[in-house]
Amino acid sequence: MNSSDPSHDQVVRDEWHVLGALEDLSARPDWDTRLLGEKVSIRRKAGNTFDVLGKDGATLQSQQRYGYLWASLGTPARPLFAIPEFDEPDRRNLNAATFGVHVSAPRAIENFLDMGHFPFVHTDYLGVEPHTEVKEYDVQVTNDGHEVLARRCRFYQPRASSVAEQGYEVEYIYRVPHPYCAVLYKANAIDAARMDVIGLFLQPVDEEHVKANMLLSLIDDASSDTTIRAFQQTIFAQDKPILENQIPLKLPLDPRAEMPAKSDASSITYRRWLRQRGVRYGTVAASA
Amino acid sequence: MITLYDYELSGNCYKLRLLMSILGVKFTPRPVDFYPGREHKSEAFLRLNPLGQVPVLDDGGLILRDAQAILVYLASKYDPSGRWYPREDAALLGRIAMWLAFADQITATASAARLHDGVFYELDIDKARAGAHALFRILDEHFWFAEQTGDQWICTRDHPTIADIACFPYVMLSEEGGIPRLPYPAIRRWTDRVKRVPGFVVMSGIFPTGEAV
Repeated sequence: MNSSDPSHDQVVRDEWHVLGALEDLSARPDWDTRLLGEKVSIRRKAGNTFDVLGKDGATLQSQQRYGYLWASLGTPARPLFAIPEFDEPDRRNLNAATFGVHVSAPRAIENFLDMGHFPFVHTDYLGVEPHTEVKEYDVQVTNDGHEVLARRCRFYQPRASSVAEQGYEVEYIYRVPHPYCAVLYKANAIDAARMDVIGLFLQPVDEEHVKANMLLSLIDDASSDTTIRAFQQTIFAQDKPILENQIPLKLPLDPRAEMPAKSDASSITYRRWLRQRGVRYGTVAASA
Repeated sequence: MITLYDYELSGNCYKLRLLMSILGVKFTPRPVDFYPGREHKSEAFLRLNPLGQVPVLDDGGLILRDAQAILVYLASKYDPSGRWYPREDAALLGRIAMWLAFADQITATASAARLHDGVFYELDIDKARAGAHALFRILDEHFWFAEQTGDQWICTRDHPTIADIACFPYVMLSEEGGIPRLPYPAIRRWTDRVKRVPGFVVMSGIFPTGEAV
């Protein structure tokens, strides 16, 4: 067995993978996409349900959740991760966008977890100089080893969301409940007791290309969909050139490959967690 | 009162935001859900622009479409110096119009490639990229010769015109369509000059540059 052959990454084949927003899929005819480098066909049926067919034409396990279609090339061992907030009745749930990005899924997740780049990449939105310090935060692996959780993340943000009118120190919680999905909880700008939820769900098209889906689940009954989407798309598009210029595009899992700083605790834990789960697809494996 | 029907990630909308920032013209952006909402193809928007494209500018009831046309209008109306669109110089006006048309060709190639890679437009991606490279070679060579005689800008020596603004965005965003600019050093020197124009603003995907050395 050739261990570098991505098709042997069974742990990844057995995951649920996102295949696009239901809103978009319902508006278009049948279409083909790629998942883990393999052709996948989406066939729309009556009542806005879908069949998902693998490269050999066999029907794959699929489900609709969080406004997206999900499928697996293998046999999922567990249900899709939970986001209980999504079902709260007063939440605005929408797909901000699905963007193609020339990068591996793990690189995109790692960038999502990183607060250090806020003042330099998201200047005047999620950060501004001289507020560049990443304060110490807590990271642990939870949920029986199935999730990375970072808490007590705090960062000064001049314009934290489309409704933020002034800068403030924003509290973040990050969950990574899936090798290629992350969920961010962020203090709401208006109701301090609630948290907005931003999900980044990556369809691994191949090892160096993703379709990035951004779920917004917000406490905001004032803004239009257009305004909410525009803000999130602006932020994401600021990250895009950074992601696409990463060298290598795959995420190195060897602890000696890149020099982390203290603020990279999430990243260090995420990389170690991928190693321990045996996720190779989209990574550069640690040398033995 | 100026309203710009605007999509943040559109290079053609950005070129209007850029010129208005440079000229100090105040405007109100009216965000259009171009993607994924396809609001530019909605019935209401098609009444504004039957071509179903952003940007559209509304200046006190005057409705204009087409980024290049709007650049002509804004520079003619709001640039008292007359240097961004020098209306007295017939030869220069001809050259500016030539490069405004060139900017449209950059949109048809480099911007199309970016839409293919980023938001999954179905088109011949190899043809789009090859077309962009052919244009970039022409532009790079143009700048190389221009620099030999001291010209800093597409049509002019010392002060940019709307031709520079028209060509800049989709050149700068080309890598999002898989079109590297590494082979075009004279283009890269020019884009840095554009970034140093007083009043320059960025959009997502375009970063500021440092001082000239």
